[in-house]
Amino acid sequence: MTTRVSPSEFILRTPAIGPAIALVVAVVVFGLTTDTFFNVDNLSLVVQQSLVIGTLALGQTLVILTAGIDLANAAIAVLSTLLIAKLTINGTDAPIALVVGIVAAALIGAVTGGLVTGLRLPPFIVTLGLLTIVTAASRLYAQGQSFPVTDPTLGWLGTTQYLFGQIEVTYGMAVMLAMFVGLWYALTKTAWGKHVYAVGNDPEAARLSGIHVRRTVLSVYVVAGLCYGIAAWQALGRVPNADPNAFQLGNLDSITAVVIGGTSLFGGRGSVLGTLVGALIVAVLRSGLTQAGIDNLYQDVATGALVIAAVAVDRFSRGRQR
Amino acid sequence: MTPVLEAHGLVKRYGRVTAMDGADFELSAGEVLAVVGDNGAGKSTLIKALSGAVVPDAGQILVEGKPVRFHGPLDARRYGIETVYQDLALAPALDIATNLFLGRERRRSGPLGALFRRLDAKGMRRDARRVLDELGIDVKSMTQLVETLSGGQRQAVAVARAAAFGSRVVIMDEPTAALGVQESGRVLELIDRIRDRGLPVVLISHNMPHVFEIADRVHVHRLGKRVAVVSPKTHSMNAVVGLLTGALRMGDDGTIEEVGLTTGLGRS
Ligand SMILES: Nc1ncnc2c1ncn2[C@@H]1O[C@H](COP(=O)(O)OP(=O)(O)OP(=O)(O)O)[C@@H](O)[C@H]1O
Ligand SMILES: [Mg+2]
Repeated sequence: MTTRVSPSEFILRTPAIGPAIALVVAVVVFGLTTDTFFNVDNLSLVVQQSLVIGTLALGQTLVILTAGIDLANAAIAVLSTLLIAKLTINGTDAPIALVVGIVAAALIGAVTGGLVTGLRLPPFIVTLGLLTIVTAASRLYAQGQSFPVTDPTLGWLGTTQYLFGQIEVTYGMAVMLAMFVGLWYALTKTAWGKHVYAVGNDPEAARLSGIHVRRTVLSVYVVAGLCYGIAAWQALGRVPNADPNAFQLGNLDSITAVVIGGTSLFGGRGSVLGTLVGALIVAVLRSGLTQAGIDNLYQDVATGALVIAAVAVDRFSRGRQR
Repeated sequence: MTPVLEAHGLVKRYGRVTAMDGADFELSAGEVLAVVGDNGAGKSTLIKALSGAVVPDAGQILVEGKPVRFHGPLDARRYGIETVYQDLALAPALDIATNLFLGRERRRSGPLGALFRRLDAKGMRRDARRVLDELGIDVKSMTQLVETLSGGQRQAVAVARAAAFGSRVVIMDEPTAALGVQESGRVLELIDRIRDRGLPVVLISHNMPHVFEIADRVHVHRLGKRVAVVSPKTHSMNAVVGLLTGALRMGDDGTIEEVGLTTGLGRS
């Protein structure tokens, strides 16, 4: 169909377009203003640095699409790394420990979803509670220690390869890409995806349309949990050490990536493509500002301003429609 | 002849509010039945019970004389009962075709559909286009987002969805409320066409001229229950208005009488 679409509708329909432009602008600006940014190794590093938060953010995107929010995602991933590391150190086969860790994350996701749909509690409250509980559980489980891992399976995602003998890539990047494609497909090409959007957009309309609202929301939290488990694997690939104090701001960082990526906190609008771009924007900003010699704290200021701007854009673009 | 859809003694309470208070309902084959009543009389609650969107606290629903229990809208759909809800039940951020097929999406044939659950987006768009064209509903593209449509176009999409999928009963809760004269006329024509297809239609409307133009029978609802069923051929608009405001009452023998003037507080 070749119907013309107005610019405002195009933005509404392709919420990732704004962030994508912002990403390109940021890359170009940093490339021109610093000597080192365009360096291939640096670019590769930027991507590697966004893998854990990016993977957490993919799960977070699903939750936010249903008009929910997950404050516990990073804490779940951390518990998962501890589980994997400690089991392996205690003699469990690494692949089995890995599966256990990922399944545990999915189970915690199921508990979250169960509380949200079964007791009809607000996701903010449920995941705030779980954040506290899971963090405490991690500390109890770790007994003040951290757990270095040496097994190649656990560090596999950090393995580097060279494309064209030049560009450093890791298996972690490939896994992230695969997850992105899988989720993009599920969200845009299957009925499940349409239901996720419909439920986040207007749950009552979804129910009256014959969608199993609770089942859909529950499945979202389980899939998100799986993402957090894989984020744990990504984390071990980046730093082969399971630390109960890692990623303390990972929940907020993942929300930042989702929001900067153009997904609406009000639910029903957004995309995993946007989130991928959002995670890259945060990483590019950090790297570029560092190389321009700008203090960490100003980097936080820039990121924070971007979040507010992104939400304002979302509000504005929808305000004009109604 | 057995009614297509009937209900006896439906009750629904919301806290202290009784939205339905022993409501009866009867829809015959092939007819257009108008349901009229004041704001808050419980019309929407009644049809929500008939479409599975609300589970009544008491009472019974029968389809073709057989008792049924609807636990959700899907149950009623399985019996071929389709509904246009008063607030339309569309997802504004999704496009027209997606909304039309929401909750009953079609998958591609072959392994792509069976294994990868791939939707037949093209086919659904094509069918959506056909349905809207048949109803004379004018929209540019099936991929247009519902939130970019006018109120009337949205209503038309909701009506089209029910008309396309209804196979036993089509229920419409104020389908012309947001429409202009011309668009209302289209919906009335559409109701006519659905009736010609042999499907009975339940039409809730506050618009008496519309009701009298199209309905075969008029169900008058007041304070949570049915107080009368009249034929537009034998009764006037004034009589119907009197019944729904409570100024008139229908006796057991079907005669209509004025309600007494001596309530102590004067006429109410
Ligand atoms: N979900 C609900 N929660 C609480 N009260 C409700 C609910 N749904 C309906 N009611 C109440 O039940 C009564 C009947 O409402 P209903 O919507 O069925 O009326 P209606 O005849 O459709 O009115 P209208 O012509 O304004 O659409 C009203 O007093 C309404 O406030
Ligand atoms: Mg109503």
